[in-house]
Amino acid sequence: MSEKQQPWSLVGLTEAEYRRVVEILGREPNHTELHMFGVMWSEHCAYKHSKAALRRLPTSGERVLQGPGENAGVVRIDDDLAVAFKIESHNHPSFVDPFNGAATGVGGILRDVFTMGARPVASLNSLRFGPLDDPKQQELLRGAVEGIAHYGNTVGVPCIGGEVYFDESYRGNCLVNAMVVGVVRPDRIHKGVAAGPGNLIMAVGAATGRDGIHAASLLASAEFSGEEQRADLPTVPVGDPFAEKMLMEACLELFETGAVVGIQDMGAAGLISSSSEMAARGGVGVELDVRKVPAREEGMEPWEYLLSESQERMLVCVQKGREAEVEAICRKWGVGCAVIGRVTDDGMVRVLDGGTVVAEVPARALASAPVYHPEKAEPAYLAELRAFDWSRLPEPEDWNGTLLRLLGSPNIGSRRWIYEQFDHMVQGATVVGPGGDAGVIRLGAAVAPGAHELARQQPGADAPARPAPAGPPKGIAVSVDCNGRYVYLNPRRGTAIAVAEAARNCVVTGALPVAITNNCNFGNPEKPEIFWTFDEAITGMAEACEALGTPVTGGNVSFYNETSGDAIHPTPTIGMVAVHENLDRLTTPGFKQAGDVILLLGETRDELGGSEYAKVIHGVLAGDAPVLDLAFEKKLQQVVLRAIHEGLVTAAHDVAEGGVAVALAEMAIAAAPGARGCQVNLFLGRGRVDGQIFGESQSRILVTATREQVGRLEALLMVEDVPFKVLGDVTGDGRFRLAALAPGVESDSIYRRQELIDLSVDELQRAYEEAIPRWMGA
Amino acid sequence: MRFGILVFPGTNCEMDTLHVLREVVGEEAEYVWHESRDIARCDAVVIPGGFTYGDRVRSGALACRAPVMEAVAEFADRGGLVLGICNGFQILAEAGLLPGAFRPNAHGRYRCAWSHVRVENAATPFTLACEPGQVLRIPVSHGAGNYQADPDTLRALEENRQILLRYCTPEGDVTPDANPNGSAGNIAGIVNRAGNVAGVMPHPERASERILGSADGRLLFASMVQYLTGRVIRV
Repeated sequence: MSEKQQPWSLVGLTEAEYRRVVEILGREPNHTELHMFGVMWSEHCAYKHSKAALRRLPTSGERVLQGPGENAGVVRIDDDLAVAFKIESHNHPSFVDPFNGAATGVGGILRDVFTMGARPVASLNSLRFGPLDDPKQQELLRGAVEGIAHYGNTVGVPCIGGEVYFDESYRGNCLVNAMVVGVVRPDRIHKGVAAGPGNLIMAVGAATGRDGIHAASLLASAEFSGEEQRADLPTVPVGDPFAEKMLMEACLELFETGAVVGIQDMGAAGLISSSSEMAARGGVGVELDVRKVPAREEGMEPWEYLLSESQERMLVCVQKGREAEVEAICRKWGVGCAVIGRVTDDGMVRVLDGGTVVAEVPARALASAPVYHPEKAEPAYLAELRAFDWSRLPEPEDWNGTLLRLLGSPNIGSRRWIYEQFDHMVQGATVVGPGGDAGVIRLGAAVAPGAHELARQQPGADAPARPAPAGPPKGIAVSVDCNGRYVYLNPRRGTAIAVAEAARNCVVTGALPVAITNNCNFGNPEKPEIFWTFDEAITGMAEACEALGTPVTGGNVSFYNETSGDAIHPTPTIGMVAVHENLDRLTTPGFKQAGDVILLLGETRDELGGSEYAKVIHGVLAGDAPVLDLAFEKKLQQVVLRAIHEGLVTAAHDVAEGGVAVALAEMAIAAAPGARGCQVNLFLGRGRVDGQIFGESQSRILVTATREQVGRLEALLMVEDVPFKVLGDVTGDGRFRLAALAPGVESDSIYRRQELIDLSVDELQRAYEEAIPRWMGA
Repeated sequence: MRFGILVFPGTNCEMDTLHVLREVVGEEAEYVWHESRDIARCDAVVIPGGFTYGDRVRSGALACRAPVMEAVAEFADRGGLVLGICNGFQILAEAGLLPGAFRPNAHGRYRCAWSHVRVENAATPFTLACEPGQVLRIPVSHGAGNYQADPDTLRALEENRQILLRYCTPEGDVTPDANPNGSAGNIAGIVNRAGNVAGVMPHPERASERILGSADGRLLFASMVQYLTGRVIRV
C-alpha cells in the first residue's frame, strides 16, 4: 500500500496522530469519524504547532471583556459600549481564486464578529502580492480587491483602512487578511457555547452543499507545490453577501429574544467544527442528524455534511421550546433554519444519518488535538544579511528623482485605486477613511449595537427614543500593520515594530491604543527555521504588547504559506484598536495652514536595513530591522496624545516607509488648500545622508503647530524629555523644499547646508497617485 | 413631519438616513418594511441606498416589484414627495417612476469617493434650499451609477428642467473628468415631470454633518422639509 492510500493521509493526519485517535476511541475510527478527526486536528482548526508559543502573549487587561478562544475578542469602550474585533486570513483560497477567496474571507470574519452579538461597523484588510510588473500579480490584486468590495459593499460595512505591500516573497503565495470591528453592549456578548441538555441545535442560514470540503485541512494546512492550483478550484467556496446580510440581521434580532444559548459560525470545517467546539466549551454533548440539515445537493454522505464549508451558515443552540420564535425571525429575513439536533449530557458528538448512528466520539477528543513543540533553528541567512556593508551603495545624485521614485513605488504611493472600490462611508460614521494613518469612525450615532430598529418599531407607534450621547463625539481608530521585511531581517524586533507602528498610527489621530488582534502568516512550521522565526515573532509581539499596554484578544495563524519550498516573508499582521475620546480633537496628516511650524519628534539614525529606499533604489534587502526602544515608544505616544488633546498640534503623521522625506511629502500631498508646500531643514548626524533622509528609524512622528502654540508644544516635549527638531514651516507656495544640514568635516558644531529636494507638490502628487494605476489602468 | 424610509432585503443605508433625518434635520422618521402597503403616516418617502436583493437581475429590478412600491406609486400619483438615493434611484427608474436606466460604471469598477455636483434647478421641492448653480460636495458609492436614457428622454429632461444635479469640478465646471461613472450629460440627479419624485446617485445622508467631511447633503433634506412645512433649516 502506498503512502497516499493510508487512512490517515487521506484526511491529512500523520500516522502518530492516527494512532492517538485509535487510542482515545479504543477502536479504529470509522470513515465518518476519520474525516471528523482529520479536519478537527488539522493545523487550521487545532493550532497544534502554534498553541504553545501563543500562550506567551499577554491576553488580559482592564478593558478586555473577551480574550482569545472565542469567535472574536471584545474590549470595553465605556459602560454602554464594547467593540468585538478579529482578523483572519484567506491566503490559499485567494491565490487559487482571488475573487471568491477574498470575498469569502470577508464573509467569514464578518460572521465571527456578529456571532459575538456585535453589529459590524468597520472592516480593514491587509494584502500582500508579488511585484506588480507581473501580470499574474495584477490579476490577483484585481480579483482580491473586487472580491472584498463585492462582499463588504453589499453587506454594508465600511472598509476604513488597510495596507498592501508588493514583494517578491509573495509571488507564489499572496496574503489576504481581513479584519472586522463590531459594536456590542457589554452585557449582550454571545459566545460559541452549547449548554443545557435538551436544548436544541439549529442550523440557520444557507443550505449545505459539497463546496469547500477539506478546504481548511488540506488547502489551508499544506503548502503549494506550484502545480496543483487549477485542480484545487472546487475547494474554494463561493460566497453570497446578500445571504450574509440577511443572516446577520436575523442573528442580531435572534439575540434580542433571549432564546439563543450559544452560536457559532459554520466556517472552517463547517458543522463538525462548530458543533464539537460548542459542546467542548459547554462541557456537554451534541446529537445531530445530518438528514435534517437543509441540503442543496442530492446524495451527500454524512461526512460531507459535516465537513462542508458552504458559506453563510450558523449553528445556534436554542432554548428548548423556543424554536418557533427563531423560525419567525428567520422567515422575516428570508433565512433558512432547521432543528438538526439537541444538546446531551454525555459529552459525545453523536452523528445520526436518518436515525442511524454513523459517528460517536467524545467532543473533547475532537477539540484536543496534540500540541507540538516543533524544533527551532535560527536561519543561516540572518547572519549573512546583517553583515551587509552599506558603504557599497552610492548616495543618490538626483535627490528629486529619488523621492519621486519612492513616492511612485506601489509600497508607498496612494492606494486610492484599491480603496475607492470599497464602500468606506456607508453607515455614516467614517471620520477618517482609508489613506491616512488609521481609519477612524464615530461611535454612538447612526449605527447602534444589536438588532435592526425595525424589530423594535411597532406599527403605528412612535419611534423608540435613543438617548443622545453626552459629551464630545467619541470614536475608535483602527490600523493594520506589518512590514514583513523587518520581520524577515529580525523576527523579534520586526514584530515588535509592527505592534508599535500600528499603535503609533492610531495615536497620531488622537486615539489611545487598547488591544490587538493578530494574523500570523508564516511558512511551513515543520521546518526548524520557520518555526524559530515564528517563535521569535511571538516573543517580540508579547514584549511590545506588554510595553504598550495592548493585550492580544485573539487572532489567526496561517502556516504553510509556501510555494515550491519558498516561504513568504514572515508576516505577523497586527490589527490595533484604539479609543478616541474626543473627535473634536481629531488630528490628520495633511498640513493645515501656511505658517505652521513643522517638528520631528524622536531620533533619526542612519538606518537603511529593510528600507523601501534600499529595495527600490538599490535592489537591496539586507541589514537589520530598525532599532526599537519600547520604553521610548510608549513615552512618545503618551506625549503626542497629550499634545493632541491639549490642542497643541494641527497635523500629525507617523514616519514609516520612505523615511522622513516621504512622510513630509505625504503631509504636503494631503494638505488643505493654501497649505500645500513646505520648507524644511533636516539636521543630520554623522553617517549616510540617504540613511537619515530615507531611512526608516522607528518611534518618530511629524507634527505641525501654529506659531502661537509651538512654544507650548516645545515646552511639553522638553519637560517630558522627548527629543525633537524644528524642521521648518508649512508654506502655501506649492513647493516642497528640503535641505540637509550636515555636520562639517572639521567640527560637529559647524553645519553645512545642502539643498537636496525642490519639487512642486503637484509633481509629488502625480508620482504618488500613479503608483498603482500605472500597472492596473486608471 | 414624518419621513418614511423604505427597507428592502439588502438595503444598507437606512440607518444613516434615519439618523440624519431625526438627529440632524430634526424631523420624525421611521422605517417602512418592503412588505407593508401602509405609508399613510408618512409625509415624504426616502428610498435609501444598498444592494436590494443582492442586485440580482439588475440593481433595483426586484425591489421595484415589492408590495410597498405599489403604495409608493399611489403616494407619488397623489403628489407625495419621494426621494431615491443611489440604489433608491435605481429602484425608481426600474419602477418607471423616473425615466432612464443605469449601466455599470464606464471604468468598470465600483467607486466610492467624494464628488461635486452642481445644482441645475433650485426650484424643486428637493433643491429649493440651494442656490442655483451651487456646488455641493457629496460622496458617490456605486458600481452601476452610469445613468443613460434615449436621446428624446435626455432632451425632454433638459427642456423640462428635470435635471437636478450634474457632476462637476469643485469650481462648478461640468467636465468629463468630473464624471465618476460615465453618466450621460454628467447627470447625478433628476426629478419627474410633476416635480415630486426625485432620484440622486450621490449620498446626501453621508454628507450631512461636518464631522463626516461635508454638510452640503443636508440641503436636499432641508428642501423637502421647507417645501412641506415651511420650516427653514440652516445648513
